[in-house]
Amino acid sequence: MLKRTLLAGMAALGLAVTFSSGAFAGHDFKIVYIGKNTGNPYFDSITGGFQDACKQIGCQFEFVAPATAEATSQIPLIDAQVQKGVNVIAIAPNSPDAMNQALDAARAKGILVLAVNGDLVGNESHRDANILPVDFTKTGPNQVELMGSLIGYKGDIAILSATTEAPDQNTWIAAMKKTLADDPKYKDMKLVATVYGDDQPEKSTTEMEGLLSNYPNLVGVIAPTTVGVAAAAQVVQQRGIADKVHVTGLGLPSEMKDFIKDGTVKAFQLWSPYNEGWLAAYFADGVLNKTIDNKVGTKFDVPTLGSITIGDKNVMNTQAELTTFDASNIDKFNF
Amino acid sequence: MTTTEPIAPTVNPLDAAPARPLWQVIFIRPVMLTVLLLILEPIVASVFWPQSLDLQYILSTFTLTAPLALMALVLTLVIIAGEIDLSPASSMALTACVFAAVQQAGVPFPLAAVICIGLGLVLGLFNAFLVVFLRLPSLIATIGTLTFYRGLAQVLAGDNSIKLPEWYMGLNLVTVFGIPVPDLIVLVAAILLALLLSATIFGRQVFQIGTNELAARHAGIRTRTIKTTLFATLGVVSALAGMMFVSQLGTVRYDLGLGGELQMVLMAMLGGTYIFGGRGSILGTFLAGWLLSIMTNAMNTASWLPATQFCLLGVLLIVSIIVTNFIYSRTQR
Repeated sequence: MLKRTLLAGMAALGLAVTFSSGAFAGHDFKIVYIGKNTGNPYFDSITGGFQDACKQIGCQFEFVAPATAEATSQIPLIDAQVQKGVNVIAIAPNSPDAMNQALDAARAKGILVLAVNGDLVGNESHRDANILPVDFTKTGPNQVELMGSLIGYKGDIAILSATTEAPDQNTWIAAMKKTLADDPKYKDMKLVATVYGDDQPEKSTTEMEGLLSNYPNLVGVIAPTTVGVAAAAQVVQQRGIADKVHVTGLGLPSEMKDFIKDGTVKAFQLWSPYNEGWLAAYFADGVLNKTIDNKVGTKFDVPTLGSITIGDKNVMNTQAELTTFDASNIDKFNF
Repeated sequence: MTTTEPIAPTVNPLDAAPARPLWQVIFIRPVMLTVLLLILEPIVASVFWPQSLDLQYILSTFTLTAPLALMALVLTLVIIAGEIDLSPASSMALTACVFAAVQQAGVPFPLAAVICIGLGLVLGLFNAFLVVFLRLPSLIATIGTLTFYRGLAQVLAGDNSIKLPEWYMGLNLVTVFGIPVPDLIVLVAAILLALLLSATIFGRQVFQIGTNELAARHAGIRTRTIKTTLFATLGVVSALAGMMFVSQLGTVRYDLGLGGELQMVLMAMLGGTYIFGGRGSILGTFLAGWLLSIMTNAMNTASWLPATQFCLLGVLLIVSIIVTNFIYSRTQR
């Protein structure tokens, strides 16, 4: 596999010189992670997982990202990495389909293509495997349950999301609505509004303030996005209404620590983005060295994560359920 | 310029000024900065990023810049005529979304193409209406349509991507003599537009309008017709560029070519087109398009983060404007 990669790479490079020093050593492969955009702390954590894993394995890791999350913005980066002759491209796709051709070209040269933290929904055949933190179908129900436990399963609640088109958030919101409608446990909880802060702190703050003035009976806000939950908590903290309006959602422990400490937010959830990078690097190492067979149903062990199973459509999860962060455990996490 | 030779009193002093040496006429012109950079870049890249210097790679990655370059070529004419149009990238997104949407709704390709190009024409004419007939400053008017067209694309197409028919995909993979078709289209367009600008009366008139519109009008040039033609052409070309682009992607979303207007202006400026009109060349914009693509490649293979890339491009733009202004102020064309 590796040899084929190199041969294909050499042929493609033509006159260019490859700097693959000692690439024949099985663990010294080159892996790149293409993020959605720069300036997103979430990806720093994933990158940290890649870096630490590569230190253990011996691979060379690099992070690149476009300036904007526009659909075509990652294509030149994919092309450039193919040209450089990397062995593995891990990517958080900005579009489920615009990159099909570029990814196919990479795979034709023997490069292992992994979608990490997001998938090419409907175009799964254009990547080799997908690494997601958790089974995302549990995000919606888990969030509703957490909200319910905070407000005694009763009252008006609202959702503060990212952009209107954010595919992950929209899936989760749909699941939240379904859970609220179907499960009699939540029959007294009423979703009164869903607003979009576009993952921008200012807009999220404005939307949160709009919710508070439009719905005076609001007792809870779920913000299933790290930017949104921090902005919502900020508003609640400033107004000193933490006992009346409960904020929860998906947040980064590092950003939410202060809100947990002063009681603005009782609990929120997330997974470990760090583990996604960690798992992706170990998985790539296993596939390149043929110790992992990239097939549905294969089980393999990853240090600290335990046994991982390749699921349907070659999707892997780093953990089974969302992690809930509260005052009791927040100090243990630093991403 | 001082001379000890006595000047005959009957001779106009301006006529007596010595002609610029031929080498200056040829080499001291703004486009030479682009040429110089195009020579310099591979030398620098060969030391630091040798992987980026692969002809096949350069040709294939230019297909991503090709739609913007195509529009920048026509934009160059608009700028030479003393106006600007910042909306083509948005027009491209809107027309491409409509192009894909009507095909998905069952409209056959030829009709979809006609609708797409017709819409491009309408968008271009609307710009012309604002600028030529309502006499709004083109900078402000087209910032308005830049936002309006993009917004319209999002309203019409929603936030999801629209797929193109399978057979329509992959124009960039078709090559003639090893050159991808989109690159060839840009090349052919550049040759045609260069001929139009330098070898036809229309081209002369475009220069005249940009140099002094009032004088041009008094000289009997139909300035409004010409400007309307230019804006309309740019609209049509933005539709064609979109059709070319989505063939490569196989899908389109409202954010197609987001921010592309800046790159297009960068190409024109870098190519030595004078922002106040009256001066510029198609060759310059064409070469600058390639320079931009090749440089971005090199920076991408070097894994430079966007912030660093933007800094370099910004400096380049400022330098090119300074050089262009300096040369034009020192030389009489």
